Amino acid sequence: MTQLLIKQARVVDPASDLNKVCDVLVTDGKVAQIDAEITATDGMSVLDATGKWMLPGLVDLGAYVRNQERVATVESESIAAANAGITRLCCMPESAKITDTTAEVTLIQEKASHSGKVWFEVVGSLTAGLGGEQLSNMAGLKKAGCVAVSQGHHEFESLDIMRKAMEYAQTCGIKLFIQPLEHGLAGKGCVHDGAIATRVGLPGIPVAAETVALSQILLMAEQTKVDVHFCRLSSAAGADMIRQAKARGLSVTADVAAHQLHLSEQDIVDYNPLCHTLPPLRSEADRDALRQAVREGVIDAICSDHQPHDIDAKLAPFQESSPGISALESLLPLTMKLVDEGALTLQEAITSVTSNAADIINRPHGRLSVGSDADFLIYDPLLQWIFDPAAMYSHGKNSPFEGWEFNGKLLRTYVKGQRVDHHSNDEALT
Amino acid sequence: MSSIKANLVPGPLPASLQLTSDGKLKHFLTTEGLSKELLTEILDRAEQFVTLPSKAQNKFPLLRGKTVMNLFFENSTRTRITFELAAQRLSADIVNLDIRSSSASKGESLLDTIRNLEAMNCDVFVVRHHHSSAPHFIARYCAPHISVLNAGDGYHAHPTQAMLDMLTIRQHKPDFSALTVAITGDIRHSRVARSQIHALNTLGAKEIRLIAPGTLMPAGIEQMNVKVFSSLDEGLRDADVVVMLRLQKERMQGAMLPSEKEYFSLYGLTEKRLKLAKPDAIVMHPGPVNRGVEIESSVADGPQSVIMQQVTNGIAVRMAVMSMVVDSQSKGQG
Repeated sequence: MTQLLIKQARVVDPASDLNKVCDVLVTDGKVAQIDAEITATDGMSVLDATGKWMLPGLVDLGAYVRNQERVATVESESIAAANAGITRLCCMPESAKITDTTAEVTLIQEKASHSGKVWFEVVGSLTAGLGGEQLSNMAGLKKAGCVAVSQGHHEFESLDIMRKAMEYAQTCGIKLFIQPLEHGLAGKGCVHDGAIATRVGLPGIPVAAETVALSQILLMAEQTKVDVHFCRLSSAAGADMIRQAKARGLSVTADVAAHQLHLSEQDIVDYNPLCHTLPPLRSEADRDALRQAVREGVIDAICSDHQPHDIDAKLAPFQESSPGISALESLLPLTMKLVDEGALTLQEAITSVTSNAADIINRPHGRLSVGSDADFLIYDPLLQWIFDPAAMYSHGKNSPFEGWEFNGKLLRTYVKGQRVDHHSNDEALT
Repeated sequence: MSSIKANLVPGPLPASLQLTSDGKLKHFLTTEGLSKELLTEILDRAEQFVTLPSKAQNKFPLLRGKTVMNLFFENSTRTRITFELAAQRLSADIVNLDIRSSSASKGESLLDTIRNLEAMNCDVFVVRHHHSSAPHFIARYCAPHISVLNAGDGYHAHPTQAMLDMLTIRQHKPDFSALTVAITGDIRHSRVARSQIHALNTLGAKEIRLIAPGTLMPAGIEQMNVKVFSSLDEGLRDADVVVMLRLQKERMQGAMLPSEKEYFSLYGLTEKRLKLAKPDAIVMHPGPVNRGVEIESSVADGPQSVIMQQVTNGIAVRMAVMSMVVDSQSKGQG
């Protein structure tokens, strides 16, 4: 029996409405006891966390981990996740890693369990080879442990195929992760279609590319009764549609990438390819509306939308650069910054990256209550630091947050009671 | 090469990189963000080159010993030739490289292409590229002794074209603050229009009007201090300067427009319509002209047309900016 006693941390677990200083005993990887005071006994490891916070490990709904040695791998990105406080990571299907067979899914799970020690959840491919034409073996994927199926950034051949994929997913009882983007309206666009795009002369992606896709999917979801989770909303109008759908009683959820709550089209005025994302960074009004939607619970979760790239993919004129941010290691800082800025309460912020996200993939995680897996973080709420992409563990160093200041820093990450991070900040934990 | 690349990091490309620390023109990438004084200096310098005789035997020695390389990633004959003539009249050596037919089409990255070219000891790159910001990108990542002149990038900027237009306007109407300028045509895809708008705003034009159908008018353009019109007749009323943009043939595809005929019926400049502008209004066009599509022949060749004068001024403006960026190089090194 291994026992770890965390002393005097402020334990923040919104799911159980817990937010107070107490002691937590972890026994054999599970939370065994939470009390005002627990006396240490022989054989227990003790961590004095006075002045620190104990948070549930983060559940990230969307990461592209690649499968290319020179860019990033399951191994490299699971280590990055461990050092980012992400204890459960959903990896999305992509052309470099098409998860349309059970063997592929099992391989990812095994690789991840041997390297970063964090939990890897696989979002399977919705169509064979992500080709958008033929259904994948969804029943098999579900059996292999996939939490959902998705087309990722890829198109459907037709609306008819999308509808059939929904019907079949409903039959298999597996959730759909859909990124709402009408490719026909996005065209060759690479930035938000608006005054900034016009000024810098870059082709735009109109908000309608998101809202038109949303309306189609919502109407078909209503008919097919399939559970749909919308990934990476970018616009105020999109958030409004989710708000209305929920009000109508539809079984839908939604997430937003953390960077979408901080950056806007203003950040591409200087053609910074690090701010080239898909969906694009939209107006400041959109950003503010997305924050509001998270606060109201219309948007359930905040995720990383992690997309590591090798540096050559970003060292190019904006249009030629690849979209995406290497974002695992900015997920927690950016989420906590929303609390600093008064956009969210601490509870709202933590919920959106833990229990709400876990609920979407139907896992009992993202929580700290007696009996739950001891996946947790030790966080120093007062430690100020400056973000440095070069210091990220991810193989992708493509982050636009260089030089951003944060008040509060992750000290340690634990999965099933075992420390999995490599941070050497023990001076902060004495 | 890999060791050089290791020091490179992606990041923003601010417009400020076109100036040296003491405010001299180091690269000419966009008219946006440059001061009125600097734009006026370009016009004044160009005016000198216009008035001085510029026959082949009267070359100016300002760029003697310098090498100018024309890097055209997108085809252009006229713009390239005017840069070539400008360089020759300043006594520079000039090299033309049609990149489409060489490295870029073999999959070489822009950065690798630039690394190879800068190893050839050039002083000025003249860049035309189909993607917005490519000249900024080259200016940011090329060797520090090289100056970059933007000869047109994507839908973004064509600053020498805008300045030759400003010079032409000034020769006829010296007081910008009294001018109403109407720009008609494919604003959405026009780098010329964007550069003109920035230059006219900086030089203090009274009113800038943009005239186009909805499909050719970009979102949010009114934030650039312009007035937007969908009717040519309304937009032309009492204008001092009428700028007609070239309509690319490919706009009929992709449902931008139904037909050239219908475009001409709505947005073609005819003698009758021109009467709506001020009687002494000038008519401009960056060329090449599509007669009967955006402009009637009798107007293009008529007494109010200054189109040929624009072409002549083009060489002078390019001489002016070439001499200015080379000046900044020698001062920077000294």
